[in-house]
Amino acid sequence: MGVEHPLGDNVVTTSLDFVVNWARRSSIWPMTFGLACCAIEMMATGASKFDLDRFGIIFRASSRQADCIIIAGTVTKKMLPVIKTVYEQMPEPKWVIAMGACACSGGIFDTYSVVQGIDEALPVDVYIPGCPPRPEALLYGILKLQDKIGRERNSFGSAIGLGERLEPAA
Amino acid sequence: MAEINRAVIKLKEKFAASILEVKGFRGEVTVTVKKEQLPEICRFLKEALQFNLLTDLTCVDYLGKEPRFMVVYNLYSIAYKERLRLKAPVTESDATIETVAGVWSTANWLEREAYDMFGVVFKNHPDLRRILMTDDWVGHPLRKDYPLQGPDREPYKGRLS
Repeated sequence: MGVEHPLGDNVVTTSLDFVVNWARRSSIWPMTFGLACCAIEMMATGASKFDLDRFGIIFRASSRQADCIIIAGTVTKKMLPVIKTVYEQMPEPKWVIAMGACACSGGIFDTYSVVQGIDEALPVDVYIPGCPPRPEALLYGILKLQDKIGRERNSFGSAIGLGERLEPAA
Repeated sequence: MAEINRAVIKLKEKFAASILEVKGFRGEVTVTVKKEQLPEICRFLKEALQFNLLTDLTCVDYLGKEPRFMVVYNLYSIAYKERLRLKAPVTESDATIETVAGVWSTANWLEREAYDMFGVVFKNHPDLRRILMTDDWVGHPLRKDYPLQGPDREPYKGRLS
């Protein structure tokens, strides 16, 4: 009795792009990198109450093992070269989430020492407004990023050196 | 009240020619002195009157007034549980003052901060570099005539509604 042949002799058809996208979006490993108060909210999102692990999101303490960077907080001009270095250390493909008003636009810090939005330096995939955004907002933003990764084209081809990875239209 | 302060009495005895103003306000005693004799006054305050803790050293920009800058030393005597504020005016044309890093070691970084933010040069400082802004930064951001949003941006003119 019971299920004797769980998968039987079935054949599953899919596309290579779909498989690659599924693997990538189901295991986003963000860089452990916080800048200001948004980082506190990001830590809360990673901890047991909101539990990012259930989306396959595991914070990596090395940029070499990360494929996503969440810019969580105010970016000062002094910190920008450090962020650029960390971003350049991450292997391709990589994604950027701008978390909070400061990372999106400079926020309330319209001053000489603050970068007016991280998109002046890095290609941002998802913007999350809020000051700081609640963990639910960060979760929603990450789900949006997963959705975006899932709609990328030529993911497999670009991985084996055939053409460019095509991002979905916004 | 300020006149019967033990430090003020001693300072008036020894450095009468350097004292510009003595002011008491709500129990706070502020002594303004000429900058020329400042290291001697500081050393005297520390060694003879036991103001052994420099709680803060900063600068104020009175843009439009002369002298433009006022370097402020907030002192505390751990032994006597007593506070004293020392101020020294610095002109814009000669924005220099002698260092007190040899008297209180903590003045080293505090003077670097005052130099970084206000451009007041502390003479004979052991290592006068910027401490908050990047090394290649141009200008001193806490000066009142420094543009708030940086020199390379159009200044904010308020809402145009």
